[in-house]
Amino acid sequence: MFRKEYLIALQTITYKEIKRFTRIWVQTLLPSIITTTLYFLIFGTLIGSRIGKMKGYDYMDFIVPGLILMAVISNAYSNVVSSFYGSKFQHNIEEMLVAPMPGWVILTGYISGGVMRGLIVGVLVTLVSMFFTDLRIAHPVMMVVVFILTGILFSSAGFINAVYAKSFDDISIVPTFVLTPLIYLGGVFYSIDMLPEFWQNVSLLNPVLYMIDVFRYSILGNSDIPLLYGFSVIALFIISLIVISLRLLSKGIGIRD
Amino acid sequence: MNALEIKQLTKCYSNGFVAVKGIDLTVKAGDFFALLGANGAGKSTTIGIVASLVNKTSGSVTVFGHDLDKNPEGVKRCIGLVPQEFNFNQFENVFDIVVSQAGYYGIPRKKAIERAEICLKQLEIWDKRNEPSRELSGGMKRRLMIARALVHEPRLLILDEPTAGVDIEIRRSMWAFFKKINAAGTTIILTTHYLEEAESLCRHIAIINKGEVIENTDMKGLLSKSDEEVFVLNLDESVDSIPVISGCSITVVDDTTWQVSVLKKTGIHALFVDLAALGIKVVGIRNESNRLEQLFLKLLANKQEH
Repeated sequence: MFRKEYLIALQTITYKEIKRFTRIWVQTLLPSIITTTLYFLIFGTLIGSRIGKMKGYDYMDFIVPGLILMAVISNAYSNVVSSFYGSKFQHNIEEMLVAPMPGWVILTGYISGGVMRGLIVGVLVTLVSMFFTDLRIAHPVMMVVVFILTGILFSSAGFINAVYAKSFDDISIVPTFVLTPLIYLGGVFYSIDMLPEFWQNVSLLNPVLYMIDVFRYSILGNSDIPLLYGFSVIALFIISLIVISLRLLSKGIGIRD
Repeated sequence: MNALEIKQLTKCYSNGFVAVKGIDLTVKAGDFFALLGANGAGKSTTIGIVASLVNKTSGSVTVFGHDLDKNPEGVKRCIGLVPQEFNFNQFENVFDIVVSQAGYYGIPRKKAIERAEICLKQLEIWDKRNEPSRELSGGMKRRLMIARALVHEPRLLILDEPTAGVDIEIRRSMWAFFKKINAAGTTIILTTHYLEEAESLCRHIAIINKGEVIENTDMKGLLSKSDEEVFVLNLDESVDSIPVISGCSITVVDDTTWQVSVLKKTGIHALFVDLAALGIKVVGIRNESNRLEQLFLKLLANKQEH
């Protein structure tokens, strides 16, 4: 059942989340811009000019979509994992648990915050990329849709990580040992066509691959994987992660004694 | 209507520790109710269950007719909780904390801002509204949590040691505030280790020990169970031998100070008559501790003996 009160509670959490990451923008928004600029400089301009064409595109043009999406993924994830775990650590999560709002409102609020941070960083990195390449976006609406879907997926994943986390170490283990390899092996810097068949098949298990692929399509108009298949896999991951998150919230795992 | 009805409430933690052992408790609407017990007795667990912060193992909780299992949002809407530990975001400012809490209860922002202003002014921390909460003093942090708990105008206010670590002046002003909102119709449940606080504020009392309710009565009834009072007497000069006075037990503290337990049926007048007859002059008198404290310790001791 949806009530007006839920919408107000949702707005409150979202507003609070946006205020949180904009207040500490030097820690939240700036690092991705600097890191991605370095990627553009080193892999794009310096090394990329020696690599030549990749699937018919300049190497710089080829890696731009992946680098933009990499920033979206890491920001959406880290926003939710750090904010929700921080609330658990300081016990201010109790402010929400005592209030009359269902778990889906809490989850949607945190995801909205993650999506917003991902979106803002994505736009900023896209603007930076325009200094390095003559970026022409083939499908701008699809680009925004992929921004949002990617934000939802990785915000949900960050939420699950935060629910299970018992220390600050636990919120850095997954980004370091799981997320970063998935991103780097998800076709940011190469086309999976370049891999041997076995590793191509292994790569198909990586959700990041589908996101980068459909995102690359939205910018360059070319993809390795059929679009419908790509979007279906993304949707499947989103639904699965949201169902798990809601289940954790309703059971109170990690947040209620 | 009862503000709170707890029936056969049990909580067993995952490590096997049973914190609450099938307790029954009823708090009438409009009451000022004390829930007392030693550390680890099960008070905070019980409160946590009522406030939806702890999952119960079994039993039922009803708040103003709303069943916690069937209508948890109805229960939550009725309750304002002031927890024992500071649990607000240390990086947020005072005003934002209270306004956000109102938002979680579905109060539109404009109204939330108005209510936050009223609550912060009532708790006398309005001039600190733009300061980060971590920079407040201990007493101000306590008052911030009270303001936050009241912003949605709850019918039942649960205060879990609200004056812990607060100086006596602020504590007295907080007592006056609690009395005022109770008089205005808000039911209050108070847990505290300051038994003087419970005695002066509460009309009904329950004592929990090791997860069980060992006493549940009205304050006057409980205090009337006390069969003795302890006084400290200051004498004008030292006395060589301690007199034996019927109905009294004397313990020497120092040369000119005695601690005297007087049975109620004996009365303090008889003590003074006997002392005067023996030529012992008393120049000062005070209660050793409040009556509730003596009863509380006695009840816990009795329970441990059994």
